[in-house]
Amino acid sequence: MRAAVSIEQVTKRFGSVQALDGVSLQIGEGEFFGLLGPNGAGKTTLISCLAGLARPDSGQVSVMGFDVQNDYREARRQLGVVPQELVFDPFFTVRETLRIQSGYFGIRRNDDWIDEILENLDLTAKADTNMRRLSGGMKRRVLVAQALVHKPSVIVLDEPTAGVDVELRQGLWQFVQRLNDEGHTVILTTHYLEEAEALCGRIAMLKQGRVVALDSTRNLLDRFSVHKLGLRVEAADKLPEAITRRGSLSEGYLNFMLGSMNEVEPLLTAVRESGCPIRDMRLSTTDLEDVFIEVMNGQDVEREAR
Amino acid sequence: MSGFRTLLYKEVLRFWKVAIQTIAAPVVTALLYLLIFAHVLEGRVEINNVRYTAFLVPGLIMMSVLQNAFANSSSSLIGAKMTGSIIFVLLPPISYGEFFLAYVGAAVLRGAMVGLGLLAVTVWFAPLQFVAPWWILVFLLIGGGIMGALGMIAGIWADKFDQLSAFQNFLIMPLTMLSGVFYSIHSLPPFWQKISHLNPFFYLIDGLRYGFFGVSDVSPFLSLAVSTAFLLMVSVVILLLLRKGYKLRY
Repeated sequence: MRAAVSIEQVTKRFGSVQALDGVSLQIGEGEFFGLLGPNGAGKTTLISCLAGLARPDSGQVSVMGFDVQNDYREARRQLGVVPQELVFDPFFTVRETLRIQSGYFGIRRNDDWIDEILENLDLTAKADTNMRRLSGGMKRRVLVAQALVHKPSVIVLDEPTAGVDVELRQGLWQFVQRLNDEGHTVILTTHYLEEAEALCGRIAMLKQGRVVALDSTRNLLDRFSVHKLGLRVEAADKLPEAITRRGSLSEGYLNFMLGSMNEVEPLLTAVRESGCPIRDMRLSTTDLEDVFIEVMNGQDVEREAR
Repeated sequence: MSGFRTLLYKEVLRFWKVAIQTIAAPVVTALLYLLIFAHVLEGRVEINNVRYTAFLVPGLIMMSVLQNAFANSSSSLIGAKMTGSIIFVLLPPISYGEFFLAYVGAAVLRGAMVGLGLLAVTVWFAPLQFVAPWWILVFLLIGGGIMGALGMIAGIWADKFDQLSAFQNFLIMPLTMLSGVFYSIHSLPPFWQKISHLNPFFYLIDGLRYGFFGVSDVSPFLSLAVSTAFLLMVSVVILLLLRKGYKLRY
């Protein structure tokens, strides 16, 4: 698989803050890639380096094989970025905004594609409305549209669904998913981990400017796979210590972290045999949020023995 | 060059959409200056055998061109920086040279539109001549270019509107007002005449007056040389800043 984005040993420092500390990532053509991390982890700085908005102190960044500094024209033509901030130019209508953005990329008479984008983002009715008059969600859609006017090979979405209602979020993901199916590489940063889990084939987690986890979403989930069994038992104080020691009590439930489903039956038997009837039970599996919290708490990619 | 074309078009559209504020208003302001000063001084003052009202017109035109060219590029850039919409011109494959030409081009155009608008209005009030029209055009364009470039420097340097307004009020305004818009520098004491010769805007106004009346305080060729040198100087400064990505790309 050819690399759509190649990031090699990139560092960037702002004053005393090491925003990026030797980040290396290879993102293949056609991937749907997630970039996760808490605020200040360096996600936006990394995207800025990719987009030529920031210049790395050292290291190399290229898009579709074009160096973002030396071959910036071609690199930028290959890249569409949806910025995190809700920005707009108040002087223009939606259509004017998109025509102008097309022109910046050297594309004239782009109305067929513009119409298609507007249609897909449910903006057709707003095409001739001034940007100022749009709601926040609508402005966000225009930002997505602006990033797509030049049909970039690589689409970067920096927190695209922050403050966006459920309906738009779903519409947006359908559209982005379609673009990905058509071969566009998609890079996504988001705080909604369930979105990343549902959409991204591969995920990198950043912490303090370093990549602390990088794997396919499936592998990450498997690696941290635990089943959480919560039991509400009558007369819990009668349970032998051998059992209570293994779990932790919260909100009336005794919660156990189990490495596999095979551990469920012996545990239930042990509880029953101690003479405490089970009144309620809940079982959940790991989601990306659990993985994220584990990684960010420093347990790195190896799971602790439980 | 299509990035340049679109950016120029966008910058022109930006001021054209609010032409009442960006073109009509400065014309009216300058016209008020003319009416008031002409009322007070017409008949009492004559400079180089030119009636005062006529003498005043080129000065007012140049002053309006300078102020509006500066306002155009500086307000566009600081506005885009403050709202964050600057990102839309930083993401596309637009070179810093194209960036420079587009912003300065739009500034020159707005300056010229205000200048010609003012001329169209004042020609009915003042006995104007057009002895050397090419000089008029050349000085209008150079003046607009200088201020378009200076406006870019100020707009990129300033982080807040009050910094920009400081640049405008404490540097640009005094230099234009004291450059001989309202008087001939020959009327000044020798010391102040010397100081005025250090003001680059003096040469723009004096050169423009030559275009109208064929007489001026200094030779139009000297004015052309000084103005062109100044234009080159500010252009080099802003091009270096843009190449470095000063305050735009970090």
